[in-house]
Amino acid sequence: MGLDFSVVPSYFGVLLQGMGWTIAITIGAGLLSFFGGIIFAVAALYGHWVIRLPMRGFAWLFMGTPLLLQLFLIYFGLIQIGIDLPAFVAGVIGLGLHFAVYNSELIQASILAVDKGQYEGARTLGLSRGQTLRRIIIPQAVRAVIPPMGNNMIALLKDSALVSVIGVMELTLAAQQAISRTYRPFEFYLAAAFCYYIINLALEAGLRRLERRIAASR
Amino acid sequence: MTSAFVEIKNAAKSFGKLQVLKDINLTVDRGQIVAIIGPSGSGKSTLLRAINELDPLTSGEVWLEGVQINRKLPHRQYEKHVNQVRQDIGMVFQHFNLFPHLTVRGNITLAPRMLKGLSEAEANKLAEEQLTKVGLLEKIDEYPSRLSGGQKQRVAIARALAMKPKVMLFDEATSALDPELVEEVNMVMKQLAEEHMTMIIVTHEMDFAASVCDRVLFMDQGVVVEEGPPSVIFKTPKEERTRNFLRKHLARNGG
Repeated sequence: MGLDFSVVPSYFGVLLQGMGWTIAITIGAGLLSFFGGIIFAVAALYGHWVIRLPMRGFAWLFMGTPLLLQLFLIYFGLIQIGIDLPAFVAGVIGLGLHFAVYNSELIQASILAVDKGQYEGARTLGLSRGQTLRRIIIPQAVRAVIPPMGNNMIALLKDSALVSVIGVMELTLAAQQAISRTYRPFEFYLAAAFCYYIINLALEAGLRRLERRIAASR
Repeated sequence: MTSAFVEIKNAAKSFGKLQVLKDINLTVDRGQIVAIIGPSGSGKSTLLRAINELDPLTSGEVWLEGVQINRKLPHRQYEKHVNQVRQDIGMVFQHFNLFPHLTVRGNITLAPRMLKGLSEAEANKLAEEQLTKVGLLEKIDEYPSRLSGGQKQRVAIARALAMKPKVMLFDEATSALDPELVEEVNMVMKQLAEEHMTMIIVTHEMDFAASVCDRVLFMDQGVVVEEGPPSVIFKTPKEERTRNFLRKHLARNGG
Protein backbone atom coordinates (compact mmCIF):
# COMPACT_ATOMS: atom_id res chain seq x y z
CA MET A 1 0.00 0.00 0.00
CA GLY A 2 1.60 3.28 -1.17
CA LEU A 3 1.39 6.74 0.19
CA ASP A 4 -1.59 8.78 -0.81
CA PHE A 5 -1.34 12.47 0.06
CA SER A 6 -4.60 13.31 -1.72
CA VAL A 7 -6.42 13.03 1.63
CA VAL A 8 -4.27 15.71 3.22
CA PRO A 9 -5.72 18.83 1.52
CA SER A 10 -9.20 18.19 2.89
CA TYR A 11 -7.75 18.38 6.40
CA PHE A 12 -5.69 21.44 5.57
CA GLY A 13 -7.83 23.63 7.83
CA VAL A 14 -7.37 21.27 10.79
CA LEU A 15 -3.61 21.20 10.33
CA LEU A 16 -3.44 24.96 9.87
CA GLN A 17 -5.38 25.48 13.07
CA GLY A 18 -3.04 23.06 14.83
CA MET A 19 -0.12 25.03 13.48
CA GLY A 20 -1.68 28.21 14.82
CA TRP A 21 -1.94 26.73 18.32
CA THR A 22 1.62 25.42 18.16
CA ILE A 23 2.84 28.88 17.23
CA ALA A 24 0.76 30.47 19.98
CA ILE A 25 2.12 28.06 22.60
CA THR A 26 5.68 28.57 21.39
CA ILE A 27 5.39 32.35 21.51
CA GLY A 28 3.65 32.37 24.89
CA ALA A 29 5.99 29.86 26.51
CA GLY A 30 8.98 31.42 24.74
CA LEU A 31 8.24 34.85 26.22
CA LEU A 32 7.61 33.34 29.64
CA SER A 33 10.87 31.38 29.47
CA PHE A 34 12.78 34.50 28.41
CA PHE A 35 11.54 36.90 31.07
CA GLY A 36 11.21 34.13 33.65
CA GLY A 37 14.78 33.12 32.87
CA ILE A 38 16.04 36.65 33.57
CA ILE A 39 14.07 36.91 36.81
CA PHE A 40 15.20 33.46 38.00
CA ALA A 41 18.82 34.25 37.12
CA VAL A 42 18.82 37.52 39.06
CA ALA A 43 17.05 35.89 42.01
CA ALA A 44 19.52 33.00 42.02
CA LEU A 45 22.57 35.29 41.90
CA TYR A 46 21.51 38.24 44.01
CA GLY A 47 18.40 37.14 45.92
CA HIS A 48 18.15 36.76 49.68
CA TRP A 49 18.44 33.11 50.76
CA VAL A 50 14.72 33.14 51.55
CA ILE A 51 14.21 33.48 47.79
CA ARG A 52 17.28 31.56 46.66
CA LEU A 53 16.62 28.34 48.53
CA PRO A 54 13.11 27.63 47.25
CA MET A 55 14.35 28.72 43.82
CA ARG A 56 16.93 25.97 43.89
CA GLY A 57 14.25 23.40 44.76
CA PHE A 58 12.13 24.79 41.98
CA ALA A 59 15.01 24.56 39.50
CA TRP A 60 15.67 20.98 40.56
CA LEU A 61 12.00 20.09 40.04
CA PHE A 62 11.99 21.53 36.53
CA MET A 63 15.40 20.25 35.43
CA GLY A 64 15.30 16.89 37.15
CA THR A 65 11.86 15.60 36.22
CA PRO A 66 10.19 14.88 32.88
CA LEU A 67 8.41 17.78 31.20
CA LEU A 68 5.46 15.43 30.64
CA LEU A 69 5.12 14.90 34.38
CA GLN A 70 5.33 18.66 34.96
CA LEU A 71 2.49 19.24 32.51
CA PHE A 72 0.38 16.61 34.30
CA LEU A 73 1.18 18.22 37.64
CA ILE A 74 0.15 21.68 36.48
CA TYR A 75 -2.95 20.62 34.57
CA PHE A 76 -4.32 17.70 36.60
CA GLY A 77 -2.52 18.20 39.92
CA LEU A 78 -3.36 21.83 40.56
CA ILE A 79 -7.12 21.20 40.12
CA GLN A 80 -6.98 19.28 43.38
CA ILE A 81 -5.99 22.42 45.27
CA GLY A 82 -8.59 24.46 43.45
CA ILE A 83 -6.50 25.87 40.61
CA ASP A 84 -8.30 24.90 37.43
CA LEU A 85 -6.30 26.18 34.49
CA PRO A 86 -7.43 25.95 30.87
CA ALA A 87 -5.27 23.39 29.02
CA PHE A 88 -3.65 26.05 26.84
CA VAL A 89 -2.67 28.16 29.85
CA ALA A 90 -1.38 25.13 31.74
CA GLY A 91 0.66 24.13 28.70
CA VAL A 92 2.19 27.61 28.30
CA ILE A 93 3.04 27.79 32.01
CA GLY A 94 4.53 24.29 32.08
CA LEU A 95 6.63 24.69 28.95
CA GLY A 96 7.52 28.29 29.82
CA LEU A 97 8.72 27.54 33.35
CA HIS A 98 10.56 24.42 32.23
CA PHE A 99 12.59 26.36 29.69
CA ALA A 100 12.86 29.41 31.98
CA VAL A 101 14.94 27.25 34.30
CA TYR A 102 17.25 26.27 31.44
CA ASN A 103 17.48 29.88 30.21
CA SER A 104 18.19 30.98 33.77
CA GLU A 105 21.27 28.74 33.87
CA LEU A 106 22.53 30.31 30.66
CA ILE A 107 21.83 33.86 31.81
CA GLN A 108 23.47 33.30 35.20
CA ALA A 109 26.68 32.16 33.55
CA SER A 110 26.45 35.07 31.14
CA ILE A 111 25.90 37.65 33.90
CA LEU A 112 28.96 36.35 35.73
CA ALA A 113 30.96 36.56 32.51
CA VAL A 114 30.27 40.28 31.96
CA ASP A 115 33.55 42.13 32.42
CA LYS A 116 34.06 43.56 35.90
CA GLY A 117 35.02 46.85 34.27
CA GLN A 118 31.43 47.27 33.11
CA TYR A 119 30.25 47.19 36.69
CA GLU A 120 32.97 49.60 37.77
CA GLY A 121 32.29 51.94 34.86
CA ALA A 122 28.63 52.19 35.81
CA ARG A 123 29.13 52.45 39.57
CA THR A 124 31.75 55.15 39.06
CA LEU A 125 29.18 57.31 37.29
CA GLY A 126 26.96 57.01 40.37
CA LEU A 127 24.58 54.27 39.28
CA SER A 128 23.30 52.06 42.10
CA ARG A 129 23.71 48.29 42.13
CA GLY A 130 20.16 47.79 40.86
CA GLN A 131 20.50 50.42 38.13
CA THR A 132 23.79 48.89 37.02
CA LEU A 133 22.25 45.44 36.87
CA ARG A 134 19.18 46.58 34.94
CA ARG A 135 20.78 48.97 32.49
CA ILE A 136 24.31 47.64 32.01
CA ILE A 137 24.80 44.04 33.09
CA ILE A 138 21.57 42.28 32.13
CA PRO A 139 21.28 43.83 28.66
CA GLN A 140 24.80 42.64 27.88
CA ALA A 141 24.29 39.22 29.45
CA VAL A 142 21.10 38.70 27.45
CA ARG A 143 22.78 39.73 24.18
CA ALA A 144 25.61 37.28 24.76
CA VAL A 145 23.18 34.48 25.46
CA ILE A 146 20.88 34.89 22.47
CA PRO A 147 22.52 32.19 20.30
CA PRO A 148 22.33 29.40 22.92
CA MET A 149 18.94 30.65 24.08
CA GLY A 150 17.80 30.37 20.46
CA ASN A 151 18.60 26.68 20.64
CA ASN A 152 16.37 26.44 23.71
CA MET A 153 13.58 28.15 21.78
CA ILE A 154 13.86 25.59 18.99
CA ALA A 155 13.77 22.79 21.59
CA LEU A 156 10.73 24.49 23.10
CA LEU A 157 8.94 24.51 19.75
CA LYS A 158 9.54 20.79 19.34
CA ASP A 159 8.57 19.96 22.92
CA SER A 160 5.32 21.89 22.48
CA ALA A 161 4.01 18.63 20.94
CA LEU A 162 3.89 17.26 24.51
CA VAL A 163 1.11 19.68 25.32
CA SER A 164 -1.16 17.47 23.20
CA VAL A 165 -1.38 15.06 26.16
CA ILE A 166 -3.37 17.57 28.18
CA GLY A 167 -5.68 18.10 25.24
CA VAL A 168 -4.46 21.27 23.53
CA MET A 169 -5.35 20.93 19.87
CA GLU A 170 -1.86 21.80 18.63
CA LEU A 171 -0.23 20.46 15.50
CA THR A 172 0.53 16.92 16.67
CA LEU A 173 -2.91 16.39 18.14
CA ALA A 174 -4.51 17.90 15.05
CA ALA A 175 -2.63 15.39 12.91
CA GLN A 176 -3.77 12.59 15.19
CA GLN A 177 -7.35 13.72 14.83
CA ALA A 178 -7.07 13.67 11.06
CA ILE A 179 -5.54 10.19 11.28
CA SER A 180 -8.32 8.85 13.48
CA ARG A 181 -10.78 9.79 10.72
CA THR A 182 -8.77 8.74 7.68
CA TYR A 183 -6.50 5.95 8.97
CA ARG A 184 -3.57 7.51 7.08
CA PRO A 185 -0.93 7.93 9.86
CA PHE A 186 2.10 8.12 7.60
CA GLU A 187 0.73 10.90 5.42
CA PHE A 188 -0.51 13.09 8.27
CA TYR A 189 2.51 12.65 10.51
CA LEU A 190 4.69 13.57 7.55
CA ALA A 191 2.46 16.56 6.83
CA ALA A 192 2.74 17.62 10.49
CA ALA A 193 6.52 17.15 10.36
CA PHE A 194 6.61 19.41 7.32
CA CYS A 195 4.61 22.05 9.22
CA TYR A 196 7.04 21.91 12.17
CA TYR A 197 9.86 22.31 9.72
CA ILE A 198 8.27 25.45 8.28
CA ILE A 199 7.80 27.00 11.74
CA ASN A 200 11.35 26.05 12.61
CA LEU A 201 12.70 27.73 9.49
CA ALA A 202 10.84 30.92 10.37
CA LEU A 203 12.08 30.77 13.96
CA GLU A 204 15.68 30.25 12.89
CA ALA A 205 15.49 33.07 10.36
CA GLY A 206 14.13 35.34 13.08
CA LEU A 207 16.92 34.35 15.46
CA ARG A 208 19.57 34.92 12.83
CA ARG A 209 18.19 38.37 12.11
CA LEU A 210 18.21 39.17 15.81
CA GLU A 211 21.81 38.00 16.13
CA ARG A 212 22.86 40.16 13.20
CA ARG A 213 21.09 43.18 14.63
CA ILE A 214 22.81 42.92 17.98
CA ALA A 215 26.22 42.07 16.52
CA ALA A 216 27.42 45.68 16.54
CA SER A 217 26.26 46.26 20.09
CA ARG A 218 28.31 43.55 21.70
CA MET B 1 38.84 73.06 57.10
CA THR B 2 41.89 73.68 55.01
CA SER B 3 41.79 74.90 51.43
CA ALA B 4 42.34 71.33 50.24
CA PHE B 5 39.89 70.20 47.62
CA VAL B 6 40.74 66.52 47.73
CA GLU B 7 42.29 65.32 50.94
CA ILE B 8 43.49 61.86 51.85
CA LYS B 9 44.45 61.37 55.49
CA ASN B 10 46.39 58.43 56.91
CA ALA B 11 45.16 56.12 54.18
CA ALA B 12 45.92 52.46 54.72
CA LYS B 13 44.68 49.41 52.94
CA SER B 14 45.30 45.71 53.26
CA PHE B 15 44.20 42.76 51.22
CA GLY B 16 44.37 40.09 53.93
CA LYS B 17 47.93 40.19 55.25
CA LEU B 18 49.24 42.16 52.30
CA GLN B 19 49.44 45.84 53.10
CA VAL B 20 49.16 47.75 49.84
CA LEU B 21 48.81 51.28 51.22
CA LYS B 22 50.62 52.47 54.33
CA ASP B 23 49.71 55.75 55.96
CA ILE B 24 49.37 57.92 52.88
CA ASN B 25 48.54 61.59 53.04
CA LEU B 26 47.71 63.67 50.02
CA THR B 27 46.08 67.01 49.49
CA VAL B 28 45.09 68.37 46.13
CA ASP B 29 43.90 71.94 45.72
CA ARG B 30 41.16 73.01 43.37
CA GLY B 31 42.44 73.09 39.81
CA GLN B 32 45.62 71.25 40.68
CA ILE B 33 46.89 68.38 38.61
CA VAL B 34 48.73 65.63 40.42
CA ALA B 35 50.47 62.68 38.81
CA ILE B 36 51.11 59.47 40.68
CA ILE B 37 53.98 57.42 39.31
CA GLY B 38 55.67 54.28 40.52
CA PRO B 39 56.37 50.66 39.67
CA SER B 40 53.47 48.25 39.22
CA GLY B 41 52.30 46.93 42.55
CA SER B 42 53.25 50.16 44.28
CA GLY B 43 49.63 50.84 45.22
CA LYS B 44 49.09 53.86 42.98
CA SER B 45 45.98 52.49 41.28
CA THR B 46 44.64 51.26 44.61
CA LEU B 47 45.05 54.76 46.04
CA LEU B 48 43.21 56.26 43.08
CA ARG B 49 40.43 53.70 43.37
CA ALA B 50 40.11 54.45 47.07
CA ILE B 51 39.17 58.03 46.27
CA ASN B 52 35.81 57.02 44.79
CA GLU B 53 35.34 53.96 47.00
CA LEU B 54 35.93 51.39 44.28
CA ASP B 55 38.57 49.91 46.62
CA PRO B 56 37.59 51.26 50.04
CA LEU B 57 40.38 51.99 52.49
CA THR B 58 40.95 49.79 55.51
CA SER B 59 41.56 52.93 57.57
CA GLY B 60 42.01 56.62 56.95
CA GLU B 61 39.81 59.28 55.42
CA VAL B 62 39.05 60.63 51.97
CA TRP B 63 37.50 64.06 51.64
CA LEU B 64 36.22 65.99 48.65
CA GLU B 65 35.33 69.66 49.11
CA GLY B 66 34.55 69.23 52.78
CA VAL B 67 32.53 66.02 52.34
CA GLN B 68 33.93 62.78 53.62
CA ILE B 69 33.72 60.20 50.84
CA ASN B 70 34.40 57.06 52.88
CA ARG B 71 31.96 57.66 55.72
CA LYS B 72 31.15 54.68 57.86
CA LEU B 73 27.39 54.34 57.50
CA PRO B 74 24.83 51.56 57.74
CA HIS B 75 24.71 49.63 54.48
CA ARG B 76 21.74 51.33 52.89
CA GLN B 77 22.76 54.86 53.78
CA TYR B 78 26.31 54.09 52.69
CA GLU B 79 25.09 52.98 49.24
CA LYS B 80 23.05 56.14 48.86
CA HIS B 81 25.92 58.32 50.02
CA VAL B 82 28.43 56.66 47.71
CA ASN B 83 26.14 56.85 44.69
CA GLN B 84 25.75 60.56 45.40
CA VAL B 85 29.43 61.45 45.88
CA ARG B 86 30.56 59.36 42.91
CA GLN B 87 28.60 61.68 40.65
CA ASP B 88 31.16 64.36 41.53
CA ILE B 89 34.17 62.17 40.78
CA GLY B 90 34.84 61.30 37.16
CA MET B 91 36.96 58.27 36.49
CA VAL B 92 38.70 57.07 33.36
CA PHE B 93 40.00 53.51 33.21
CA GLN B 94 42.82 51.81 31.39
CA HIS B 95 40.37 49.63 29.46
CA PHE B 96 37.80 52.39 28.83
CA ASN B 97 34.84 50.41 30.20
CA LEU B 98 32.46 51.85 27.65
CA PHE B 99 29.10 50.11 27.53
CA PRO B 100 29.20 48.05 24.31
CA HIS B 101 25.41 47.68 24.07
CA LEU B 102 24.88 51.44 23.92
CA THR B 103 25.88 53.93 21.24
CA VAL B 104 28.32 56.70 22.05
CA ARG B 105 25.30 58.91 22.68
CA GLY B 106 23.78 56.29 24.97
CA ASN B 107 27.03 55.91 26.88
CA ILE B 108 27.17 59.62 27.58
CA THR B 109 23.50 60.33 28.25
CA LEU B 110 22.71 57.31 30.44
CA ALA B 111 23.93 58.62 33.78
CA PRO B 112 22.85 62.26 33.37
CA ARG B 113 19.38 61.09 32.37
CA MET B 114 19.03 58.50 35.13
CA LEU B 115 20.70 60.38 37.96
CA LYS B 116 20.24 64.05 37.17
CA GLY B 117 16.83 63.82 35.58
CA LEU B 118 17.86 65.47 32.32
CA SER B 119 15.31 65.33 29.50
CA GLU B 120 16.25 63.54 26.32
CA ALA B 121 16.83 66.84 24.54
CA GLU B 122 18.97 68.24 27.35
CA ALA B 123 21.00 65.04 27.54
CA ASN B 124 21.51 65.00 23.78
CA LYS B 125 22.72 68.58 23.85
CA LEU B 126 25.11 67.67 26.67
CA ALA B 127 26.41 64.67 24.72
CA GLU B 128 27.00 66.84 21.67
CA GLU B 129 28.86 69.43 23.75
CA GLN B 130 31.10 66.87 25.38
CA LEU B 131 31.80 65.05 22.13
CA THR B 132 32.66 68.29 20.41
CA LYS B 133 35.13 68.91 23.19
CA VAL B 134 36.89 65.59 22.58
CA GLY B 135 36.55 65.98 18.82
CA LEU B 136 34.24 63.03 18.17
CA LEU B 137 30.87 64.56 17.43
CA GLU B 138 30.63 62.62 14.16
CA LYS B 139 30.77 59.33 16.09
CA ILE B 140 27.72 60.09 18.22
CA ASP B 141 25.60 57.28 16.80
CA GLU B 142 28.32 54.64 16.51
CA TYR B 143 28.68 51.69 18.83
CA PRO B 144 31.96 51.50 20.79
CA SER B 145 33.00 48.39 18.83
CA ARG B 146 33.41 50.64 15.77
CA LEU B 147 35.88 52.99 17.47
CA SER B 148 39.65 52.87 17.79
CA GLY B 149 41.21 52.64 21.26
CA GLY B 150 42.01 56.33 21.32
CA GLN B 151 38.49 57.24 20.26
CA LYS B 152 37.04 54.93 22.91
CA GLN B 153 39.08 56.60 25.59
CA ARG B 154 38.03 60.06 24.41
CA VAL B 155 34.39 58.96 24.57
CA ALA B 156 35.03 57.59 28.07
CA ILE B 157 36.39 61.01 29.07
CA ALA B 158 33.35 62.72 27.52
CA ARG B 159 31.09 60.33 29.44
CA ALA B 160 32.79 61.19 32.72
CA LEU B 161 32.70 64.94 31.96
CA ALA B 162 28.99 64.82 31.19
CA MET B 163 28.38 64.34 34.92
CA LYS B 164 30.12 67.68 35.54
CA PRO B 165 32.53 66.17 38.05
CA LYS B 166 34.53 68.22 40.55
CA VAL B 167 37.58 66.06 40.05
CA MET B 168 38.75 63.62 37.40
CA LEU B 169 40.69 60.46 38.14
CA PHE B 170 42.73 58.85 35.37
CA ASP B 171 43.89 55.29 35.96
CA GLU B 172 46.57 54.64 33.34
CA ALA B 173 44.30 56.08 30.70
CA THR B 174 46.77 55.58 27.87
CA SER B 175 48.48 52.33 28.94
CA ALA B 176 46.29 50.08 26.82
CA LEU B 177 46.60 52.21 23.69
CA ASP B 178 48.78 51.70 20.65
CA PRO B 179 51.61 54.25 20.75
CA GLU B 180 50.24 56.29 17.86
CA LEU B 181 46.89 56.71 19.65
CA VAL B 182 48.31 58.00 22.93
CA GLU B 183 48.71 61.56 21.74
CA GLU B 184 45.05 62.21 20.94
CA VAL B 185 44.07 61.22 24.48
CA ASN B 186 46.89 63.27 25.99
CA MET B 187 45.65 66.27 23.98
CA VAL B 188 42.21 65.98 25.54
CA MET B 189 43.73 65.72 29.01
CA LYS B 190 45.92 68.77 28.35
CA GLN B 191 42.87 70.67 27.27
CA LEU B 192 41.16 69.76 30.55
CA ALA B 193 44.25 70.97 32.38
CA GLU B 194 43.96 74.32 30.62
CA GLU B 195 40.37 74.53 31.82
CA HIS B 196 41.65 74.03 35.37
CA MET B 197 39.94 70.73 35.97
CA THR B 198 41.24 69.15 39.16
CA MET B 199 42.90 65.91 38.11
CA ILE B 200 44.67 63.01 39.71
CA ILE B 201 46.52 60.97 37.14
CA VAL B 202 48.11 57.57 37.57
CA THR B 203 50.45 57.24 34.64
CA HIS B 204 53.55 55.69 33.13
CA GLU B 205 54.01 58.62 30.78
CA MET B 206 56.75 60.66 32.39
CA ASP B 207 56.89 63.23 29.60
CA PHE B 208 53.20 63.85 29.88
CA ALA B 209 53.36 64.07 33.66
CA ALA B 210 56.25 66.50 33.40
CA SER B 211 54.50 68.78 30.94
CA VAL B 212 51.01 68.86 32.46
CA CYS B 213 51.19 68.24 36.19
CA ASP B 214 51.72 70.65 39.05
CA ARG B 215 52.94 67.96 41.35
CA VAL B 216 54.27 64.42 41.06
CA LEU B 217 54.05 61.67 43.68
CA PHE B 218 56.40 58.75 43.47
CA MET B 219 54.98 55.69 45.21
CA ASP B 220 56.68 52.41 45.99
CA GLN B 221 55.55 49.50 48.14
CA GLY B 222 52.50 51.29 49.44
CA VAL B 223 54.14 54.53 50.57
CA VAL B 224 54.74 57.93 49.01
CA VAL B 225 58.51 57.91 48.70
CA GLU B 226 58.84 61.41 47.36
CA GLU B 227 56.68 64.21 46.08
CA GLY B 228 57.25 67.58 44.55
CA PRO B 229 57.03 69.63 41.36
CA PRO B 230 57.88 67.65 38.21
CA SER B 231 61.06 69.67 37.66
CA VAL B 232 62.41 68.35 40.95
CA ILE B 233 61.10 64.79 40.83
CA PHE B 234 62.24 64.14 37.28
CA LYS B 235 65.51 66.11 37.29
CA THR B 236 66.85 66.11 40.83
CA PRO B 237 65.06 63.45 42.87
CA LYS B 238 66.35 63.14 46.42
CA GLU B 239 65.52 59.51 47.04
CA GLU B 240 67.54 56.62 45.73
CA ARG B 241 64.38 54.62 44.97
CA THR B 242 63.00 57.42 42.81
CA ARG B 243 66.26 57.66 40.88
CA ASN B 244 66.33 53.89 40.34
CA PHE B 245 62.78 53.82 39.10
CA LEU B 246 63.28 56.71 36.70
CA ARG B 247 66.53 55.24 35.38
CA LYS B 248 64.92 51.86 34.70
CA HIS B 249 61.92 53.54 33.18
CA LEU B 250 64.00 55.67 30.86
CA ALA B 251 66.10 52.69 29.81
CA ARG B 252 63.00 50.71 28.98
CA ASN B 253 61.33 53.49 27.06
CA GLY B 254 64.44 54.67 25.25
CA GLY B 255 64.43 58.07 26.95
